[in-house]
Amino acid sequence: MSDERRPTPKLDDLEKGPWPSFVREMKRAAEGSAMADQLLGVLELSYGDRVGHWKHGGVVGVRGYGAGVIGRYSDVPEQFPEVAQFHTMRVNHPAGWFYKTDALRKVCDIWEKHGSGLTNLHGATGDIILLGMKTESLEPVFAELTENGFDLGGSGSVVRTPSCCVGPARCEWACFDTLALTYDLTQHYQDEIHRPSLPYKFKIKASGCPNDCVAAIARADLSIIGTWRDAIDVDQEAVGTYAADGLDVRATVCDRCPSKCMAFDGTSLDIDNSACVRCMHCINVMPKALRPGLERGACILIGGKAPIVSGAMLSSVLVPFMKLEPPYTELKELIGKILELWGDEGKNRERVGEFIQRVGLGSFLEAIGLEPMPEMVKHPRENPYVFYEEYFEEEK
Amino acid sequence: MPDIAKRKTDIGPPHYEQFLPPIIKANYGKWKYHEIPRPGVLVHVGETGDRLYTVRAGSPRLLSVQTIRQICDLADKYCDGYLRFTSRHNIEFLLTDPAKIDLLIADLATAGFPVGGTGNALSNIVHTQGWIHCHSAATDASGIVKALMDELIGHFTSMDLPGKLRVALACCVNMCGAVHCSDIAILGIHRRPPKINHDRLPKMCELPTVVASCPTAAIRPVRKDGHETVEVAEELCMFCGNCYTVCPAMPLNDPLNDGVSIWVGGKVSNARSEPGFSKLAIPFLPNNPPRWPEVVDAVKKLVDVWAANARPYERMGEWIERIGWPRFFRLTGIEFTKQHIDDFRHAETTFRRSVHVKR
Repeated sequence: MSDERRPTPKLDDLEKGPWPSFVREMKRAAEGSAMADQLLGVLELSYGDRVGHWKHGGVVGVRGYGAGVIGRYSDVPEQFPEVAQFHTMRVNHPAGWFYKTDALRKVCDIWEKHGSGLTNLHGATGDIILLGMKTESLEPVFAELTENGFDLGGSGSVVRTPSCCVGPARCEWACFDTLALTYDLTQHYQDEIHRPSLPYKFKIKASGCPNDCVAAIARADLSIIGTWRDAIDVDQEAVGTYAADGLDVRATVCDRCPSKCMAFDGTSLDIDNSACVRCMHCINVMPKALRPGLERGACILIGGKAPIVSGAMLSSVLVPFMKLEPPYTELKELIGKILELWGDEGKNRERVGEFIQRVGLGSFLEAIGLEPMPEMVKHPRENPYVFYEEYFEEEK
Repeated sequence: MPDIAKRKTDIGPPHYEQFLPPIIKANYGKWKYHEIPRPGVLVHVGETGDRLYTVRAGSPRLLSVQTIRQICDLADKYCDGYLRFTSRHNIEFLLTDPAKIDLLIADLATAGFPVGGTGNALSNIVHTQGWIHCHSAATDASGIVKALMDELIGHFTSMDLPGKLRVALACCVNMCGAVHCSDIAILGIHRRPPKINHDRLPKMCELPTVVASCPTAAIRPVRKDGHETVEVAEELCMFCGNCYTVCPAMPLNDPLNDGVSIWVGGKVSNARSEPGFSKLAIPFLPNNPPRWPEVVDAVKKLVDVWAANARPYERMGEWIERIGWPRFFRLTGIEFTKQHIDDFRHAETTFRRSVHVKR
């Protein structure tokens, strides 16, 4: 294939430099794939005319699913016939992105046989992204993936592929089992992940502690973030060792505490846990000395999203603390009520956060049967235009 | 035609347990603490004293099957075939024998993978597809990331920064990369209203959906040359591209007006300050492939000024909060313009409603 490769001087420049090059990846894939070879040509064209050359849309997918495949077509198909159709397949990743090489090699073999040989590990949704395939390859790839234990993730107006941080597999701060929960929810919502039945996308992400390594608060409609209810676990001797090793505990730990709930007298760290907001800073700085408390669970937040349509939102508190143990009945019931309400009342392409903005958080809580709590707001309302549904009348 | 009765569906992902190395199974939920003995290497210590070593390497996210197999070869050689990936596209090799760390890092260096991204450092840049695969991209993603990481790699392979530095890039405001809560966000933007193809629109698009898609109600149904189509009140258009997503006959892509904006000071972690959005620093920089020098210079400058002035553990937004925005603009030499002042919903909540001004 290399004899007929068109020159790509602009892209070639990006093979230089110390950071690993995506152009090198495209060229490696192009050794065995005419699709990858022509993708280089399309991208070089874009680098020249400074505009993309892809069209979205069309109904493409595997039989029985309405999700998992993103249809993509070239707007210069005559020039690049091999990538006239260039669809993406989202393959649901294992929770925590753990692999054994034999499983990963299997995906590579399937993808080398049927597609461009290019992937993303991983896409923004968390899925394994198989980048660039023809419509005729969708069913064979799907069949071989399922034969090898993999399935598609979500796309469009569905429950999207849930994802989570590394959790208790390799982190001492995990306040619940993020991997077990994510696997359980993923299996529980298979139908909702694969078959669009919602007003718009619904993302679930689980982070084991308030450091939020999967950005659940910013990227998920339902954000599950680990926290604890009791006191921070302190090993005073280990605090002393940090200080002896040169850490300025007062300046770096106490003065940076957002609630100023701790003091260090040179030998022992005194924490007023009633004032602690459980932000993780002190624990992050002294992981050998401090740990989250023992009564662990998660804060459930709702409504996070990127700007489309009516502006970006961060998730806000829905349940300040929930224990998360299998079979996660309380959480599943809550999600069920949310999906039912928003599924019935939400407008087309209205995320649940925007839906709550439209109907009001108070009304939303009432509809899903949650009591309003002060933990849900920064402060009570300032505006005196208060809605009441009923009023009294003088009895006659 | 495959046999429908035998066709497997809805099996879900492989169970993660089969991919966990024995040391993780033995210490699952029982890790005691961790340390960072050197940049790019973590050691997690279990309650039993077991030690798990992680070597973190940067990747371009776009990986060929050939390179994935090469990564697998290394995991087979050093980690009994176990590895994982992070939420920021890094590859993590999981080792039990500390003697193998140097050998693995040497092999990674030969293969072209830098080791780092731990502690108070720059991690990999979360990014989107850009011109490689997206219909609504206002810029490329991989090209800018490569050009930028070539310049900033020293902050990935060392831990020489005051705090964590999280950079993300999204090639349009759809923000598949969810850049809106990053220390530095690079965001592709369009700057001209959609060009409507009135011949194709009635055939391709559902009119009520197109009209409803506009967050500023700028789209109205009209009759033109006997077709039902739409028109855009251009003065109301803020170039979000939502109409284009529901209607391919309304493209916004435009080489003269598309480009890149830079946002600063957001974060997702709850550590110290609350999570928050990134704020506009630079409204527009041109698309200048293959290396986007204007963007690279601007980001480098932001990193340098922050690194020189922030206190230990102070993230970009926390530093700006302490010194105030007027000083941020003075120190970085960025011009403050009309575009920096919000004019969408709840804009007034971002106005300074006091006389507390840091100078």
